[in-house]
Amino acid sequence: MRHIISVWLENAAGALARVATLFAARGYNIESLTVAPTEDPTLSRITLVTRGSDHVIEQIIKQLNKLVDVTRVVDLTEGVHIERELMMVKVRAEGTMRAELKRLTDIFRGRIIDIGHTHYVIEVTGDSAKLNAFIETLDDNTILETVRSGALGVARGRKPVASS
Amino acid sequence: MKLSGAEIVVQALQDEGVDYLWGYPGGAVLHIYDALFQQDKIRHILVRHEQGATHAADGYARATGKPGVVLVTSGPGATNAVTGIATAHMDSVPMVVISGQVPTPVIGSDAFQEVDTVGITRPCVKHNFLIKRVEDIATTLKKAFYIAATGRPGPVVVDIPKDITDPNIKIPYICPDTPQMRSYNPMVKGHVGQAHKAVELILQAQRPMIYTGGGVILGEASQTLREFVALTSFPITSTLMGLGAYPGTDAQFLGMLGMHGTYEANKAMHASDLLIAIGARFDDRVTGQVAEFCPHARIIHIDVDPASIAKTVRVDIPIVGQVHQVLSDITTLLRPQRDQLSQTTLDAWWQKIETWRAVQSLAYQPSDTVIKPQAAVEMLYQVTRDHDFYLTSDVGQHQMFAAQFYPFDQPRRWINSGGLGTMGFGLPAAMGVQQAFPEATVACITGEASIQMCIQELATCKQYDLPIKIVLLNNGYMGMVRQWQEFFYDSRYSHSYVDALPDFCKLAESFGHVGLRITDPADLEGAYREAFAQKDRLVFLDIVVDPTENVYPMIKAGQGHHEMHLSPNLTTERELA
Repeated sequence: MRHIISVWLENAAGALARVATLFAARGYNIESLTVAPTEDPTLSRITLVTRGSDHVIEQIIKQLNKLVDVTRVVDLTEGVHIERELMMVKVRAEGTMRAELKRLTDIFRGRIIDIGHTHYVIEVTGDSAKLNAFIETLDDNTILETVRSGALGVARGRKPVASS
Repeated sequence: MKLSGAEIVVQALQDEGVDYLWGYPGGAVLHIYDALFQQDKIRHILVRHEQGATHAADGYARATGKPGVVLVTSGPGATNAVTGIATAHMDSVPMVVISGQVPTPVIGSDAFQEVDTVGITRPCVKHNFLIKRVEDIATTLKKAFYIAATGRPGPVVVDIPKDITDPNIKIPYICPDTPQMRSYNPMVKGHVGQAHKAVELILQAQRPMIYTGGGVILGEASQTLREFVALTSFPITSTLMGLGAYPGTDAQFLGMLGMHGTYEANKAMHASDLLIAIGARFDDRVTGQVAEFCPHARIIHIDVDPASIAKTVRVDIPIVGQVHQVLSDITTLLRPQRDQLSQTTLDAWWQKIETWRAVQSLAYQPSDTVIKPQAAVEMLYQVTRDHDFYLTSDVGQHQMFAAQFYPFDQPRRWINSGGLGTMGFGLPAAMGVQQAFPEATVACITGEASIQMCIQELATCKQYDLPIKIVLLNNGYMGMVRQWQEFFYDSRYSHSYVDALPDFCKLAESFGHVGLRITDPADLEGAYREAFAQKDRLVFLDIVVDPTENVYPMIKAGQGHHEMHLSPNLTTERELA
C-alpha cells in the first residue's frame, strides 16, 4: 500500500543521506522524496512516499526512528491528511492546440506560467493521482518535458504534529 | 586551559576514562599522535593493520562492557578499519573510531589519502560525525561515547580533518556534560502493562521455552536472567552471541539453538507453545525457515531496540526496554503467582525434552589415531575450566565446535564475530581482552585459514607482551566451506583447500613466540598444559585435526528446526527419539 511519511530530522550535513542510505541498504522503495527546512531552521522535514506491506511500513518507520538525526516520524496515511504535489509540464503549443491546452489547464485548475511561439509551461498542483490524470490527458507528442516536486503532506485539523 | 584540537581529542578521551587506544599513525592524524606522545594516561597500542585495531578494541569492549577506542588515519587507514566497524555494528558492540581526514579546504578534491569516510561507514555504524570546527571536537566526542554505549550499543565514527587538530590553533577546553539530544533518547523503560500480559502467558504455558541472545550480555542482565530461569524452572537455549549469560553447565540449559544447535534445543523450540525471546533478534541462522519457525508458540519478545521486534517473526507481546529492567519486572510480578504454574505439565514437558537430550546430538566418533576437533575443544575445557578464562574465536567450524563443546558459565567470556562472521577477528580480539585483563588466561580458537587473515598481529602481541594462547585447529581446509561443498556441491572442493600452508611453529617463533605442533591425540593434554603453564609467553598450538569432520547437527538453509541433519554416527532409532 502507498504511504506518505513525514520525517523531521536535524538540518545537518549528511542527515538526508542517512535516510537515503537506509532505504537503499534495506531494499525499501522510495516513490518520491522531498526535503526542506521547517519553521525551525535547525530542523528539516522530509515527505516521502513509499509502498509496502504493513509489515514493511512498520519496519521503515522503526528504522527511520532509529537514525540518530531523526527527531520524529509520522505516517500521514494513518490519519486524515492532505496531499499536494507541484508539477511543471513543458508542452508543444501550436495552432489550435494552444486554445485546447488552455482549456485543459483550466479544467485542472492549473496555470500557464511561460509562453513561447510554440510552447507553454503549465503548472498544476494537486495530489499525485490528479497530476497523473493531467499527464494522461495530454498526447505523448505534446509533452516536451515534465518536472514534479514529489508529494507533500500535512494532517488535517488545527493541531500541528510535534516535530520531536 | 587553552588546548589545540589535537590536545582536545586526547583530553576528551582521558575525561572519558579511556585507558587503551588501538591505532596506526598516518599523515592526517600526526597532530593527534604528537599530542598522545606528550601524555601518559592513555596507552596507545600500535597494531600492524587497522583491521586489527578495530577487532582489538572490539574484544576489549565485549570483555569489559566499555567502549573500545580506535585511532586511524584518513583514506586507507579508514577503509582498513571498515571490516572491524561492520563487525562491531552487527554484534552491537560499543566502539568509538576516530579517523583522520584531509584538511577541510581540500575535502572533495580527491586529495592524497582522501576518502569519504563518513559516507563509506554510514551503513555500518550506529552514527558518525565529520567535525568541521575545533570548537566542536569536545562535544562531538562526548556525543560519540554516549551514543556508542547507550541503548542498543554500536560503533560511532568521528572523522576529524587535519586542520582541525592544528597545534597552533588553541581554544579554551571545558569538559562537556552528557549531551542532551532531542533526536536520541535511548533510556526506554519497558511498559508495565506489557509485563503483566507476559506474566499471564507465562502462567498459562504448557511447553515454555526461553530463547536468549547477546542482548542479555550487552544489557548486563545475566544475573536477572538466572533468577528468572530459576523461578520458572523453564528450559533455556541461547544464540551464539548469548552463550555464557546463563551457565552452560546448568541442567536447565539445552545448549545453543539454530543451524548448528543441539537436537533438544531445536526440537523444544519447534514444539513450544510459549517462546520468551530475550535480547535476541531472530537471526536467520537461528530461525531457519521463518514460515516453519515455532509454529505452535505465542511469542514474548523483550528487546531494547524496537526495530528488532517483529522484524522477521511476528510476536504477540512485544516489550521494548532495557532487558534487565523488564526481566526483573516480570520476575517480581511472577514470584507471588509462581504456584499457578502446573508442575505436572512442566514435568511432562521436561520428560519430553530429556528424550531429545538423550539423542546426544553432539556425539562424535572418538579416535586415538587422529585428533578430533571436538575432542580438542573438550580437552581445552578440561584444562582451562579452573582458569579465569576468556576464549575468542575466528569464524568457521572451529567456532561452532567451540560454541558446542565449551560450556561458558559467565557472560563476556566467549568473544566471537556472530553477525558479520569475520575471519581474522580472533587474534586481535584476544589482544584487546588480554590488555583489559592482563592476569586472565586468554585463548583464541582459530583455523589455519582464519588465522592468516590477521596474522601480522603476532608482532603486536610480541611488542606488548601479550601471552595469548592460540589454539589452531588445523584441518587443512576452510572447514565450513568444505562442509557446505560436501553437502551441497557433490564434494567439489572448489578453492577450499588451503594449499601452501606455512609452518606455523616456525612462523610463531619468527615473531618471538613459542610454537607447538600436535598431531597425536595422546599428546594433546600435555601440550595444552605446557602451553597454559607459560604465563608470560604467547604459545601457538598448531593442532592437526581430522580434516573430514563436519559440524552436526545442521539445519540446511530453508529448513525448519524439526528438519535437523544429525551426525551419520547416530542410529536411526536415536534419531526417531
